[in-house]
Amino acid sequence: MTIVGLTGDEAIAYAVKQSKVDIVAAYPITPQTIMVERFSKYVADGEVYTGYVCVESEHSALSACVGASLTGARVFTATASQGLALMHEMLYIASGLRCPIVMGVANRALSAPINIHGDQSDMMGSRDSGWIQIYAENAQEAYDWTIQAFKLAEDRDVQLPVSVNIDGFIISHSMEGVDVLEDEVIGKFLQSRKPLFTMDPEKPITVGALCFTDYYFEFKRQQVEAMQNARGVLDKVCKDYKGISGRNYGAIDTFGMEDADAAIICLGSTAGTAKEVARKFRAQGKKVGAIKLWLYRPFPSKELIEAAKHAKALAVFDKAISFGAPYGALCTDVVSALHELEERPRIFNVIYGLGGRDIQPSEIELVFNRALEIAQTGVVKESTVFLGVRE
Amino acid sequence: MVTLKELSTDELFASGHRLCAGCGEGIINRMTMKALRGPTVIVAATGCSEVATTIYPYTSWRLPWVHVAFENAAAVASGVIEAYKAMARRGAWNKQVDVIAMAGDGGTYDIGIQALSGALERGTDFLYICYDNEAYMNTGIQRSGATPHGADTTTSPAGSVIPGKPEWKKDLIGICAAHGIEYAATASPAYWNDYITKVRKGIEVNGPAVIDVISPCPLGWRHESARSIEMVRLAVETRYFPIYEVERGKYKLNINISKPKPVEEFLKLQGRFGHLFKPTYRKDVIHEIQQNVDVNWKRILILSTQN
Repeated sequence: MTIVGLTGDEAIAYAVKQSKVDIVAAYPITPQTIMVERFSKYVADGEVYTGYVCVESEHSALSACVGASLTGARVFTATASQGLALMHEMLYIASGLRCPIVMGVANRALSAPINIHGDQSDMMGSRDSGWIQIYAENAQEAYDWTIQAFKLAEDRDVQLPVSVNIDGFIISHSMEGVDVLEDEVIGKFLQSRKPLFTMDPEKPITVGALCFTDYYFEFKRQQVEAMQNARGVLDKVCKDYKGISGRNYGAIDTFGMEDADAAIICLGSTAGTAKEVARKFRAQGKKVGAIKLWLYRPFPSKELIEAAKHAKALAVFDKAISFGAPYGALCTDVVSALHELEERPRIFNVIYGLGGRDIQPSEIELVFNRALEIAQTGVVKESTVFLGVRE
Repeated sequence: MVTLKELSTDELFASGHRLCAGCGEGIINRMTMKALRGPTVIVAATGCSEVATTIYPYTSWRLPWVHVAFENAAAVASGVIEAYKAMARRGAWNKQVDVIAMAGDGGTYDIGIQALSGALERGTDFLYICYDNEAYMNTGIQRSGATPHGADTTTSPAGSVIPGKPEWKKDLIGICAAHGIEYAATASPAYWNDYITKVRKGIEVNGPAVIDVISPCPLGWRHESARSIEMVRLAVETRYFPIYEVERGKYKLNINISKPKPVEEFLKLQGRFGHLFKPTYRKDVIHEIQQNVDVNWKRILILSTQN
């Protein structure tokens, strides 16, 4: 066991180094920049054979990544916020051309007003772009998921890009002890990419052709298949990773859901606070629980139903707003997934943390108390709660 | 310079594509394929050539060809080139491959200029060819930064007050050359030998090379399909489109036109300039265009004689 002090950004950079990527093409943006700064130093010191393409924008970053991925390379990029928004066009092309690119995203609020701190508006705005989305709770998870992400993305039955998301500053800039694996161990787990096609002049292919009404739909249907395949492949990847690391990952992580009356569902770093507060409530005999989604796309409906079906009330946390929608994106997905249950938990949405607004254990306590009250009465008075905002 | 007999008889750009009769891009594609040094990958931007040569499940290309989006051919090419290098470093690739990016003037002068500038600044070892038909022809003839002054397009229509595009064409070669790149040149498919020689030179230099090749568009320029090559020959003979190259900052005029025809001879055959002749003869606008042609020619001449 080797414990090193790493921030979330550094943990991802280190995992990328150990994953032996061929190409990194990226553009600086807070709070992601440390990922590519650290990686540039590995390149400058000759510690990797990676080609680092210093592009002039995020749009070109992902464009270069797509070119490299189609050529057969293992590819990584990183971004946040406005950078992800600038990439938006290319996100769909990367998934549509089935490029298994891995991208580190240090989630950050979107302008305007401009703000550099963490919320998940950026990736939630890109949730339909055909990328597999993983959210890590801390630096250790960021490290572990980055390595697993390459194996998931490059699987023959998947061939899709993967984003590994960490909360801006809270995870990206906080130093934690991270248990890192030996290079050789990772080398055995994650072998060189085996591309299905390359830009080989001896076997010429045309990529990115024009598809009209007669073929476009079929391509999209295949993408749906690939996204569905990712569910099963993820479980296999996690099982293999447990074998080398002893750490157990999957689509969701649960706490106390065996008998919880009320539970919180969230993504990323907030899960740590939620679990801590839940422990406190449990000590007082209150039956609460927490569900953290590691995997957001493809949405783990089956696991969620299994974990939440006995609960009476659920508070779904969204660190992003979907303006004009019934709920935030995560809550909308949870409601949809649970719809098939005949007896469903009562659900309310908690919008929180926008622009990096901190969330305190005392606020989580408020939410648990409200959820417990709803579990008892069965009445949801407010379907959406804005937590921690001055009104 | 090459002779016809020296050209490859391979046809890496197959017939049967759906470009218009008389389209310059098909001619340019075929000529480009005749100038290759060896194994090559084409990175295409969105545009007429892309939509008309790769309608799924068909393709006209007998070499690796990739299209990603409109504005990013130069960035995609960078990724392809760096990927080959990185894969070679870990022993997974051992072939020499040339990379050519091809984009229209909209994808180069306008929306793609940032990605192009980035690739030139990084010293990307590729050839970038701009098919310059002087407007967004694929979307239905809208004005671009390459559209000439006075041209009638659907977004710079000749009206009763404004006689076509008010602005002048951007100096793409000047912009590219200012990056301090190895090679930049203009060309016309009417002078096939000059073009093919330049493509080969652009491939052979170590570092970025850019060729802006004028591409006749019967639909957008509104001339007879059979007269496409005549149009781009006239463009040169009138000094409207000077043929020159810039090697590491040094300009050289490649085709000297000692007795130029009046630019009017080039303009009057094209519907895009028709409003300058009928219903009233716009001597003022034609004169302005002629003056601009003269000034630009003199500029290229001075730059060429400074070496």
